[in-house]
Amino acid sequence: MSIRVLAIDDSRTIREMLRHTLTEGGFEVHVAEDGIDGIEKLPGIAPDVVITDINMPRMDGFGVIDTIRAAAEYAGLPILVLTTESAQDLKDRARRSGATGWIVKPFDDAKLIGTIRRITVA
Amino acid sequence: MSTANDIRQTFFQECDELLEALDDGLSEIDDGIADATFSIDTVNAVFRAVHSIKGGAAAFGLDALVHFAHQFETVLDAMRSGQLQATEEGMKICHRAADHLNDLVAAGRENRELDAGSGPDIAARLAGLVAMPESAPAPTPPVSGEGGFGFAPLSLDLGAITQDSGQTTFVIAFRPHRALYASGNDTALILRELDEMGVLTVEVATEGLPDFDAIEAGEAYLSWTLRLVTEESEGAVRDVFEFVEGMCDLQIEAVADAPAGAEIPLPAAPETPVAAPVGAPPAPPPAPAQSRDKPAEAEGPKATVRVNLDLVDRLINMVGELVINQAVLTQCVKDAGLLDRGDLSTSLAEFRNLARDIQESVMAIRAQSVKPLFQRMARIVREAAELSGKETEFVTEGEATEVDKTIIERLVDPLTHMIRNAVDHGLESPQDRLAAGKPATGRVTLSAAHRSGRVLIEVSDDGAGINRPKVFQIAVEKGLIPPESQLKDAEIDNLLFMPGFSTASQVSNLSGRGVGMDVVRSAIQKLGGRVSIQSQRGKGTTMSISLPLTLAVLDGMVVDVAGQTMVVPITAIVETLRPKPEDIHALGADNLVVSVRNKLVPVIDLGVVFGHRGAPASISDMVVLLVESDSHTSWALAVDQIFDQRQVVIKGLESNYGHVPGVAAATILGDGNIALIIDPEETAHRSGAAIDPGELALLDEV
Repeated sequence: MSIRVLAIDDSRTIREMLRHTLTEGGFEVHVAEDGIDGIEKLPGIAPDVVITDINMPRMDGFGVIDTIRAAAEYAGLPILVLTTESAQDLKDRARRSGATGWIVKPFDDAKLIGTIRRITVA
Repeated sequence: MSTANDIRQTFFQECDELLEALDDGLSEIDDGIADATFSIDTVNAVFRAVHSIKGGAAAFGLDALVHFAHQFETVLDAMRSGQLQATEEGMKICHRAADHLNDLVAAGRENRELDAGSGPDIAARLAGLVAMPESAPAPTPPVSGEGGFGFAPLSLDLGAITQDSGQTTFVIAFRPHRALYASGNDTALILRELDEMGVLTVEVATEGLPDFDAIEAGEAYLSWTLRLVTEESEGAVRDVFEFVEGMCDLQIEAVADAPAGAEIPLPAAPETPVAAPVGAPPAPPPAPAQSRDKPAEAEGPKATVRVNLDLVDRLINMVGELVINQAVLTQCVKDAGLLDRGDLSTSLAEFRNLARDIQESVMAIRAQSVKPLFQRMARIVREAAELSGKETEFVTEGEATEVDKTIIERLVDPLTHMIRNAVDHGLESPQDRLAAGKPATGRVTLSAAHRSGRVLIEVSDDGAGINRPKVFQIAVEKGLIPPESQLKDAEIDNLLFMPGFSTASQVSNLSGRGVGMDVVRSAIQKLGGRVSIQSQRGKGTTMSISLPLTLAVLDGMVVDVAGQTMVVPITAIVETLRPKPEDIHALGADNLVVSVRNKLVPVIDLGVVFGHRGAPASISDMVVLLVESDSHTSWALAVDQIFDQRQVVIKGLESNYGHVPGVAAATILGDGNIALIIDPEETAHRSGAAIDPGELALLDEV
């Protein structure tokens, strides 16, 4: 069973990249276009890990994290935040909001895959 | 890498959309600037557009674009957070910035540098708006390399460089807080990662653990003392705890260097030593995949519009009506005896050509390149190769070939099966290949091409070819054919399509899933296609699928059945014949068979099956259409006469009538009448012409 990833990003380019890189890395990849879309798809996909962009229309990444962390059935679900900036305060904010970790865009293939493996039970 | 190019293309397409959204948003702000009626959502949308362009550009190493987008974004960010008031002057600069961003995107698309031009000036004016240092570096380090998508590492951890070849022993005291677990982090995973870095000794302190009843889920009770002997630096070890910093008590201390593999006694006897967790599963090795790209694909990005599929389908429907209407009109003119009027027939011919051109163009909208489908197959090859232990090279040809979207979707399963078969059954093991004087790496080729109005998709391998004696023997063993059958090579090859046939000596994990090539054949036939197989001993096997370009029209034979007009799909018809009275035999009370080249085929009178007449007509006065099903049985459909062979527009009946057995769909004829398109196989089953083929085989021998 490959690890199932739900990647939420409003940029088609980033979605395609994540899909390509992660599929090549042996993951099962599902994508959503914004926070609402992601939350709606969550029960159907039941991912092992969620990767979410922060800045998105309708519901942003913090909204995604809040929603997931508030739901008991998703307790312990690892969430990675995609940040463009590597600034410390953004990381802190991601951490405070309940994210498991972060990935800095543009991501390095190996590092992205390594990060997901780091936080998921294979 | 073609995929990288695809994503690059997606990026520029998306840029066009984002730039448009940016323009729209800026104009909206312009309009509302006087009375401050523009919405914050608009500012957010504008910010996001620039932000997304920056994000994508960084991945493709478009430094100039990233740099400028960042400056622009900073201004927009100040605007949305209220630090910067939108003024007319400021908006002018934003518009200029949007134009410059446009130029930078265009330059990036064409892989060229943009002349300095007005760039620095706009950048300076943007900087002036928020008083930021003009040359503020973009926070995302630029990535170089053409084609983008190869990513450069983001941060260089100087601490991670090993100082010398010696190993270091770290003693790590680690006490997670509740927040660590709440954030989805997992201690076991952290330990696993440390374990992969060297020799890890784990000691867990369970004193804090309350009685079972008192344990609260999500609370942190345990703490660990870890001893790691590794070649890695302290920085690398700290990196493991990157995500949990602040959510645990952590002390990492390097003690004296230790020789490799040396056991270091623990300071205190551990009460409950726990074995280090096992390592992570290895990542799958990448299998080689290559693509002989056609020049057509090397073209620059094409401008595209995204359209709701429903709209396209409605258009296709209307064009179908148009084609029918044209046929009706022609019929009217003919009936009125006006067809020999030169100008009228010329206009009609022109109308017909135009209608056909429109139809083809509209169909082309639904057409998609087979490339994504082929890319999916590359993965199937990798998986199959890995599971079967065969080194496999995957080659694709004609990826740009376009086929109807629905057909592509429905091809996934049959093609997956064929590809698995090619790797699993087609290719020999590396040892066998070397012994046969072939390179150890086998090759599976997947190709697509347009051929005479249809699409031809081929899966070929350079394996051992079909082992015909073995296939024959298995077919006999399974009772599929009598042992004394005399079969030609092609007939033996076709046995593979019989239900329940499998040649694998061992049922493998891959192809032997109880699905045979018969399922593949039936899936293809449902799409109006045909599958065939060619094989050369020692050289390989090629499976060919021939498909219609669209599911919206169909080549049909228009026939008369007891005064009713019906359409039989041409793809199902093997041949048509007028049987001689001596070729028709009665089988039982009311079954007829016709002898076709010494093979007996059950006769089905369509008029009786569809209730157009009570008793069967005299077969010798009728025409017989020989059809073949996926289960390799043949039927002779008896009809009164053949009118015509033409392309008909398929009109679904199922939404109005539900599924009628034997009827695939309907069409509207030139005279405005409706004709049913029959599904030959279902018709045969519906007729109850369940004459056992085995019974016929016995008769064959007579």
